[in-house]
Amino acid sequence: MSENKPSLMQRLRRAGPWTVLVVFAAGILFWGGFNWALDLTNTEPFCISCHEMRDNVFKEYRHSIHYANRTGVRATCPDCHVPRDWVHKVGRKIKASNELWHWALGTIDTPEKFNAKRLKLAQNEWNRMKDNDSRECRNCHSFDSMDYTEQGRRAVAAHTKGFAAGETCIECHKGVAHTLPPLEQNIGAPKVSGREP
Amino acid sequence: MNLLRIATALSVALACGQAYGAEDSVKLKSLRDTPIEATSRADSFRNLRDREPFARDFVHQPPLIPHAVRGYNVTVNFNKCMDCHSWSKAKEAGATKVSLTHFKDRDGRDLSNISPRRYFCLQCHVPQTDAQPLVSNTFKPVDALQR
Repeated sequence: MSENKPSLMQRLRRAGPWTVLVVFAAGILFWGGFNWALDLTNTEPFCISCHEMRDNVFKEYRHSIHYANRTGVRATCPDCHVPRDWVHKVGRKIKASNELWHWALGTIDTPEKFNAKRLKLAQNEWNRMKDNDSRECRNCHSFDSMDYTEQGRRAVAAHTKGFAAGETCIECHKGVAHTLPPLEQNIGAPKVSGREP
Repeated sequence: MNLLRIATALSVALACGQAYGAEDSVKLKSLRDTPIEATSRADSFRNLRDREPFARDFVHQPPLIPHAVRGYNVTVNFNKCMDCHSWSKAKEAGATKVSLTHFKDRDGRDLSNISPRRYFCLQCHVPQTDAQPLVSNTFKPVDALQR
């Protein structure tokens, strides 16, 4: 049946043990290198190497509890904005090619341009988190580990109600790390997009 | 007569200037024991934990904030306080409604929502810390507010 088609073992034997070993090692190096490079793009210094991030959202984030707090535990950019598990991480990285494209176009390269886009950018991220049940929040924050006796009375009331209704973190916790976009509250003149917050 | 007044005023001004110039005649002492022209060191105090609303100490006192406000956006884009204290959200959030006095413009005309001049809540409503008064006092609320 497979007379003119050598089996895998036959082909390996013909290639010799050294070739097999070299290919195997090259495979490890390539895979390790790929993941290493991927992880390099998952660091705060990489994120703020673009001034779009450094001058706008990073500056705002430095006032938040995710940057400075009593225990010194920090959530950096990728902790919230890049999924941890490999499949979702690579999916997000592929989508991020659109961000590279707009970086090249200079879509948000001034604070004015950034603030004009702030609502759209925020909504993208809110939708992403709502759709994945706030997966990145839950990497650290677990419902089951919340001690209601330690929480403030407002937090207990809101959490018990929210969990019972099947809500996800981002539905209430918007703007925990960054300045919110203009949201209409009917106070005074209508809100205008693009003003410095 | 006018001349006399001017002369008196001038001599008084001159005397004041001399007194001001003489440094040893004025003893200034800051409440925080730092020289008056230096910036005093910030005391380390803690925000109080969330609690039930504070009772008022005097009539027309802006109610104090009985909870943490860290990270609450009050910007041109969004007012976080209104997330709970606006009339449309207060009942659901279990928060105190914004007073009707905040619905008037400066001419006393009623508005359909909170006046923009009342936008910056934290100008009058403040959270509390465990800081002690620098000067002791015997202030007591008026009878109507006594508990």
